[in-house]
Amino acid sequence: MAETPSFAFDPARFFDGGARGHGGALGIGYHAHGEDWAELTLPYDARLIGDVATGVIASGPILTLMDMATSVSIWLKLGSFRPQATLDLRVDYLRPATPGRTVIGRGECYRITRSIAFIRGVAHDGDAADPLAHVAGTYMFLDAPE
Amino acid sequence: MTLPPYAEFLGLTVARDAGGATLITMPFAHAVTGRPGFLHGGAIGGLLEMAAVVALADALGIEFDATRIKPVNVTVDYMRGGREKETRAQGTVTRLGTRVANVEAHAWQDDAAKPIAAARMNYLLVR
Repeated sequence: MAETPSFAFDPARFFDGGARGHGGALGIGYHAHGEDWAELTLPYDARLIGDVATGVIASGPILTLMDMATSVSIWLKLGSFRPQATLDLRVDYLRPATPGRTVIGRGECYRITRSIAFIRGVAHDGDAADPLAHVAGTYMFLDAPE
Repeated sequence: MTLPPYAEFLGLTVARDAGGATLITMPFAHAVTGRPGFLHGGAIGGLLEMAAVVALADALGIEFDATRIKPVNVTVDYMRGGREKETRAQGTVTRLGTRVANVEAHAWQDDAAKPIAAARMNYLLVR
C-alpha cells in the first residue's frame, strides 16, 4: 500500500471519532471518497424531525450534510486542507427523505479557480438512482489567492 | 407557534417584533458551530428555512404544518461569518399564491442591517 504523504487530506481521518460541532451533533459521518468527491452519512434521528405527522426529517440537516460533503470534496480535489467559507448553496428538495433511513450525501468539486471552488451534489437514502436532493454552490478560499 | 423537533434541536424560539412580524432566535451552542470561532453554515441555513416557513405559516393564518407547506428549493447566500453569539432571523413572504409561495429570509447577529446570511425559498402549498 502506497504511503500517504502526511499533508494529504484524508476525509476518513478527518471524521475519525465523529464530526465536531454542528455536524457531530447531527451525527454526520464518513462513508466514502474519491479524487474529487466525498460521501457522508446522516443517520435517521427523531431529534431532526421536521414533520411530526410523518416522521420525515427537516430540510436543514440535509442542507448541512450537503454543505459538509461538498466542502470535503474541495479538499480532496486540492489534495490538501485549505480554509474556505460557503459563498452560496442551492438545494432542490426532490422528495422527502424516507423516515428511518440513513441519508447519504455525495458532494463533488468540479472546478477550482484561484479564489473560488464550484461544487455540486446529490443526496439519497439507499438508492442512488432515486435522489432526494440536488445541490449546487460555490465556496470562497479564505487565505491569499495562490 | 409549536415548532418541530429539529427547531428544538437548534434551540429556536419564536417571538414577534414591534411590527407584529415573526422573529426567530437561535442561541449560541456548541451544536451549531462549524469551523473554529464560527457558526456552521448548515445551522444558519436551517435557521433561515425555519424563519421562512414560520413567516409563511403566519401569513396563511395557520400553525406550523409541514404537511401543508412543502419546500421545493432554497438558495442561501452567506455574507459574513456567523460569530459565537445569538443569531436572529426573519422571513418575508414576497408572493403568496394559491399553489406556490415565494419567501425570503435574513439572519443577523448584532445589527439587522448587517445580515450574516440571506435565503430565497419556493414552497408548494397544500390547501
